[in-house]
Amino acid sequence: MTFFLPLQSMYALVDCNNFYASCERVFNPNLQNQPIAILSNNDGCVISRSDEAKAIGLPMGAPIFKWESFCKAQNIKVFSSNYPLYGDMSSRVMRILEQFTPDVEIYSIDEAFLQFKGFEDYNLEDYGSQIRTRILKWTGIPTCVGIAPTKALSKVANKIARKFPKKTKGVYVIDSEVSRIKALKWIKIEDVWGIGRGLQKRLKAKGCYTAYDFTQLSDDWVRQTFSITEWKLKKDLEGVSKITLDEPITKRSIATTRSFEYTYSDIDNIKERISTFATSCAEKLRKQNSSCHMVIVTLSSDRYKKDLEQHRESKIVNFPYPTDSSLLISTQAVKAVKSIYKSGIKYKRAGVVVTGLVPTDNFQLDLFQKENPKHKPLMSAIDVINRKYKGNKIKLGNQDLERTWKMRQERLSPRYTTNINDIIVVK
Amino acid sequence: MITYKSQHLTFFMPEAIEGSGTNFFDTGISAGFPSPAEDFKEQRLSLDDELVKNKEATFYAKVSGQSMIGAGLDDNDLLVIDRSLEPANNKIAVCFLDGEFTVKRLRVSNGEVWLQPENPNYPIIKITEDNNFVIWGIVTNVIKKVY
Repeated sequence: MTFFLPLQSMYALVDCNNFYASCERVFNPNLQNQPIAILSNNDGCVISRSDEAKAIGLPMGAPIFKWESFCKAQNIKVFSSNYPLYGDMSSRVMRILEQFTPDVEIYSIDEAFLQFKGFEDYNLEDYGSQIRTRILKWTGIPTCVGIAPTKALSKVANKIARKFPKKTKGVYVIDSEVSRIKALKWIKIEDVWGIGRGLQKRLKAKGCYTAYDFTQLSDDWVRQTFSITEWKLKKDLEGVSKITLDEPITKRSIATTRSFEYTYSDIDNIKERISTFATSCAEKLRKQNSSCHMVIVTLSSDRYKKDLEQHRESKIVNFPYPTDSSLLISTQAVKAVKSIYKSGIKYKRAGVVVTGLVPTDNFQLDLFQKENPKHKPLMSAIDVINRKYKGNKIKLGNQDLERTWKMRQERLSPRYTTNINDIIVVK
Repeated sequence: MITYKSQHLTFFMPEAIEGSGTNFFDTGISAGFPSPAEDFKEQRLSLDDELVKNKEATFYAKVSGQSMIGAGLDDNDLLVIDRSLEPANNKIAVCFLDGEFTVKRLRVSNGEVWLQPENPNYPIIKITEDNNFVIWGIVTNVIKKVY
């Protein structure tokens, strides 16, 4: 067997299995092995299914009003999306991941890339298994771990771990040419990370049906016909790492993560940076006509300066409704960074990730979309009123007005981890 | 921060908001030269720090009924549960048993697991293969409202 160069760093993709359904199961173990479906905001259509629900044939995106009787007949348990619960469980998982390596890229609410630099003496398959075990024991969330020398390959390895749970026990490592080629010949081109529908069609026309076929194309042709992104993806699949950590190639989330020019210890500079990152994420959201359900803020010290006190923390904020408003996203991101900031630490890097993306409804109003200093006192006034009269009586105008008054969440599970009145009851 | 001291009780001001607390300077204020207070700064007491040893694995539950009254777990008490702790004989655990959450003391001997209530009116439960049984987490603290 030919092994990759021993000094090459390795990547892992950790993906939570049917994350929303798994969150529901932690607090309602009766749902174990039961078909579950989670609905989009406002109880519109199916956005997440358990393996059992998939097997019965409930399609992704199914509008529930059409599939109601099917779900009843098949005994599929249907839930409204409980984003506060999913957000909290996600942040637990992400923090546990950070115990295994300092290099974690939160890719979406339920997946993260890990980079292992200087782990040559580790048995990464064991390590991956430890990651899985700890997350499962501490949070109750099952995961799969794919490990490989590049990000794109770790995605492929993850798919294998997920597809063959008995054989892999949820962890699969691509660490040789033999295993890489086997994996690439197994995975269909449409299942490769970053290969969208349009690209898929063109590649199939060219006779590419697997990832392996794609890697057999010439570099020049790929680069000229498509773009640098596809070329990077091709190299990544060949085992030559071109997609670095924090460089997303698809849009399940939008991130702005940067190292600062200088280290900052004062909150004001950090707040300014976060606000800028958040605004940039919001702009990108609007550009692709998406809204986000949550924003993740990360802040870390300069980990290369080992003599200085180290601090890394991330925080997830959930929105009660999907938003693309710079004002709202930035306000919440700044609030979040204030809550994780510790004085005396020299911070070097921060990031804002918006995730839980959904298409923006057309009839949203744009009243607050432009940044305006006058919004600040308005926001605080709204906050004061909403705190006084519980249940968020006043909301931003860019919300869907129908939802503003009453979001349909008829099948919402309790907010087990974020509301004291909703915690589990034990006899 | 000590706010009030009577003959028998010392009152601390607990932290009211989320976060890591504000700084409590244990040194006097001296004008004229740089304060050494930074070196001696202390954090205000935080119940979170006392009760939650592993944030990522800690969950809360509310007690219903009095099956564990002997161990001090009364109706409506708040339980702090740490899922990262290993189950062992004598630990109080939140379990999922045949479709219901229950809190009982674990008795493990000779490969058998028993769930022991702390109330003579409740029977001890032997776990068999027929039970749908999961140990969900270990109870570390009980918080009672007495006000």
